[in-house]
Amino acid sequence: MQINIRFFALLREQLGCEHIEFDYQGERTIAALRHTLAAHGDAWLALINGNTLAAINHTLCQDHAIISEGDEVAFFPPVTGG
Amino acid sequence: MILIQTEDFDVGEEYRALQQASPGCGAIVTFSGIVRDMAGQQRVDALVIEHYPGMTEKSLQSLCEQAHQRWTLGNIRIVHRIGQLAADAQIVFVGVSSQHRAEAFAACEFLMDNLKTTAPLWKKQLSGDTQHWLEAKSSDDIAASRWHKQAK
Repeated sequence: MQINIRFFALLREQLGCEHIEFDYQGERTIAALRHTLAAHGDAWLALINGNTLAAINHTLCQDHAIISEGDEVAFFPPVTGG
Repeated sequence: MILIQTEDFDVGEEYRALQQASPGCGAIVTFSGIVRDMAGQQRVDALVIEHYPGMTEKSLQSLCEQAHQRWTLGNIRIVHRIGQLAADAQIVFVGVSSQHRAEAFAACEFLMDNLKTTAPLWKKQLSGDTQHWLEAKSSDDIAASRWHKQAK
């Protein structure tokens, strides 16, 4: 399935990547997607080792959340606005 | 009304817009957040604020809906700036109107506490030749968590 993945702030800089269009064939959970991405290289281990948050279609979600075709998934550090 | 913008805002104009949108309200509480010029012992030249377009608006809209469910409010107005903001610049404005002050005070604090822990905004601090992303503070999590425990 085709999904869009976006990265923000410190994580975006560490990965050197802002956005990928990803043909994902794994188990349809955020947890499984984190592990698939973490295999891309050392910097990507932040997706399973750190405190990176996840959102699906602009809503924060937990690791057991289900991803569907066409979703926009985002990963980012804990927020610091205000 | 939720505004995410690079431009500065005028508290007087925001206040008047809120007042005009709040017939019958006897109380308006406003909060303004400013870029501090020091962080601990370190001088701060500026902050760069990044956000997740679309999700920021959605999460703030959700907070406004939660505030309206918890308290009887007139209107809510939130302005959050993004981009590079020098020390002493305004970052955020939250204004809440209601019939009586207690609800406006509580809702304004609820909105700020939860904005800081749920809206997808991030600050990078620029100090001289160095720059670093700020980390989330546990004190902010504690401030937000009291609203989850406490019923109305």
